[in-house]
Amino acid sequence: MQKLFENYDPGRFFCELFGPPRSNRRPVSAQVAKIVRRLNGFNLGALRRRSREADQELYNLGITFTVYTEQTSVDRILPFDVLPRVLSAQDWAVIERGVRQRIEAINLFLHDVYHDRKVLKDGVVPEDLVLGNPHYCPQMAGVKVPGGVYVHVCGIDVVRDRDGSFKVLEDNARTPSGVSYVIENRHLMLRTFPDFVANVGIRSVSDYGPRLHQALVQVAPGGKRDADVSVALLSPGIYNSAYFEHVFLAREMGVPLVEGRDLTIEKDRVYMKTAAGLEPVDVIYRRVDDAFLDPQAFNPNSVLGVPGLFAAYKKGGVTLANAVGTGVADDKAVYAYMPRIIRYYLDQDPILENVETYICREAEGLAHALAHLPELVVKPVGESGGYGVLIGPQASAAAIAKRREELKQNPANYIAQPVVDLSVCPTLTPGGVEPRHVDLRPFAVTGNGTWVLPGGLTRVALTKGSLVVNSSQGGGSKDTWVLED
Amino acid sequence: MKINLLARFAESIFWLARYMERVENLARLLEVTETFTYDARGNQDWEAILEINADMTRFRAGHKEVTLRSVAHFYILDGANPTSIVASLDMARENARSLRHLISTEMWNQINVFHGRVKALDRRDVSPAKVSTVCRMIKEGCQAHTGITEGTLYQDEAWNFYWIGRAIERADQTSRLVDIGYLRAIRTSRDLSSRAQDTHWGALLRSATGYHAFRRVHRIRTDAVEVIRFLTQDEALPRSLLTCVGGARALTRGLETRHGMNTGRAALATLDGIDKHLRGTDVAALLDAGPHAFIDDLQCRLAEYTQVLGRDCFAQDA
Repeated sequence: MQKLFENYDPGRFFCELFGPPRSNRRPVSAQVAKIVRRLNGFNLGALRRRSREADQELYNLGITFTVYTEQTSVDRILPFDVLPRVLSAQDWAVIERGVRQRIEAINLFLHDVYHDRKVLKDGVVPEDLVLGNPHYCPQMAGVKVPGGVYVHVCGIDVVRDRDGSFKVLEDNARTPSGVSYVIENRHLMLRTFPDFVANVGIRSVSDYGPRLHQALVQVAPGGKRDADVSVALLSPGIYNSAYFEHVFLAREMGVPLVEGRDLTIEKDRVYMKTAAGLEPVDVIYRRVDDAFLDPQAFNPNSVLGVPGLFAAYKKGGVTLANAVGTGVADDKAVYAYMPRIIRYYLDQDPILENVETYICREAEGLAHALAHLPELVVKPVGESGGYGVLIGPQASAAAIAKRREELKQNPANYIAQPVVDLSVCPTLTPGGVEPRHVDLRPFAVTGNGTWVLPGGLTRVALTKGSLVVNSSQGGGSKDTWVLED
Repeated sequence: MKINLLARFAESIFWLARYMERVENLARLLEVTETFTYDARGNQDWEAILEINADMTRFRAGHKEVTLRSVAHFYILDGANPTSIVASLDMARENARSLRHLISTEMWNQINVFHGRVKALDRRDVSPAKVSTVCRMIKEGCQAHTGITEGTLYQDEAWNFYWIGRAIERADQTSRLVDIGYLRAIRTSRDLSSRAQDTHWGALLRSATGYHAFRRVHRIRTDAVEVIRFLTQDEALPRSLLTCVGGARALTRGLETRHGMNTGRAALATLDGIDKHLRGTDVAALLDAGPHAFIDDLQCRLAEYTQVLGRDCFAQDA
């Protein structure tokens, strides 16, 4: 019987289980060694069988996202890789502190941008980059939000470089998704591999729902006892591709899953239509984008929204989580300034560094990008989901030439970064257990303080050699284990 | 704090229940028709089902002959037919999908898997040799749903709306059976006491799962008036009109007595009226005149109840 890892070779990349390149492929710690020994107890056939069972279970449970084509809709699962990604307690401590620090800075930055604008006046961040940003919301200027919290739920994409250090690739401060997979992946792992996870000492992820609910109650408009605060989750509805997650979170928090048509505004208070009449809502965890929240304030064509919601919000009648206008903080161009933003507000060095970033709206950055295009990753600042990203070393000459023209035409639309040698993790593939690149999206919840869910969503690029982990482009996910000390 | 059920969810769970009940009844009716309605020459009567459901025109648009194969296809697989089992299950699943955070995971899981299994059926599965097996599978899928719901659904207002939906749909379906049964009876023979009629009334009772119960109560030969009375006014038969309406009444009253909602009062009043009407009906006289007008009137009254419930509890515009 062939040992699972006999032919496993992470090459020049940092491996999440076996450490830095050329480290003789020894597990990174005694705990990981124990996990590897257990994995070796399975042969490939057994692993594949359990993997198929896990996929079937995901379909049956409807843990799916919906992909729409012109004619039809298809329910797809996020492919689940059965080999876990393991983080030591020490590694996790760094990520956790780093994420907390970053969110504190982001909230201070947003408060400043929508009030005194000191950060702009002091020249830390260019004024036009913020005020001219499509995600900057002028109507939010001067609006008070409870506790000064703008970003209640944040997902920060972290990657591990070749030297083993963690770096932030992207901030998601609007309506980050994926947390349901973190918890469902764990439950799936426990069901599919009860013999494998026993007595390892993995930190639990099950209390995300109650934690989120608690944080939302903490930011309710004043004047109510905690037990009387009414929270609802606002979803665009069953046709939204993240609908499963909305269901999951509403259920975990024990709150109603509402759509715009279930809500109505009277005298700057929000009410939901129940079978027994109207009932007030104090806090809305909304998974609807800013533009669609309120046709009176934003996109007038929105049918998902609630007319008058923003006016009620401005007057403090309801709390929206996340706040309106947070997109200005997770913009890819503003991202480049985040280390400076952290130093400016907190007078601390960033615990998690950025990936080196060239801002093409600045002459110097553009010059560097144009000179090194074949070596760089070039991203449009306004896109998400991995769309429009050019990976220089893997791109055709024609694609590079096209991007060169786009850069010259509209430099402000792009940033450029060196290719990060994303770490790899052993992954079950048709060819056996092979290294595949991974990233990590830890989720943080902020009310009175910030709590980070231990672990996060590990996304894995299932295609050999690919660095793109997005689910829309062939990515899968793994259970993420944070080990107890 | 306690949050009352959203009006939209009250409506969704009411309809989830109705669609599942509808599927179960249709599967049973098809199975019973397939197994128990051969006449002396071995022919089966498939036309009555189409006529009673007022589906003949739509059926003719897509199928030539009225045969077991074509009717089974029309009522089981045909997604373009809004009264088909596949179409009803689609609707049930859509409603369940919007209720996912309220219903139990086990309920959702079963509906999702059951829906997938029925969607995977093709023409070969509704061939004469297989149709009764398929109907049984569908019926049992619905019954598994019922059992899981009974055992796992939290008993707040949503529970009441669910079981109200089951009861109202069941009453509606039984009223259709009475209509079909009578139509088949007068068609099979003008002599309402012939042997052919015995099998015929037996099939009608089986469609409402009342055959053996009826035998326990009436050991004499099957009598048309007694059969119709049994399906209409018996208070112990789960699918009789009176039982269903009585169940819906208790559940509607429970909205106020158990859950403190006063929005169900007008709907309760309409049910009180239906109950009184059913109890006061003279079945023998009904059969002399032909029951169709009575059934029609009853269905209108049930629709009125649903409409009042929608207006007051589902936040529908009047």
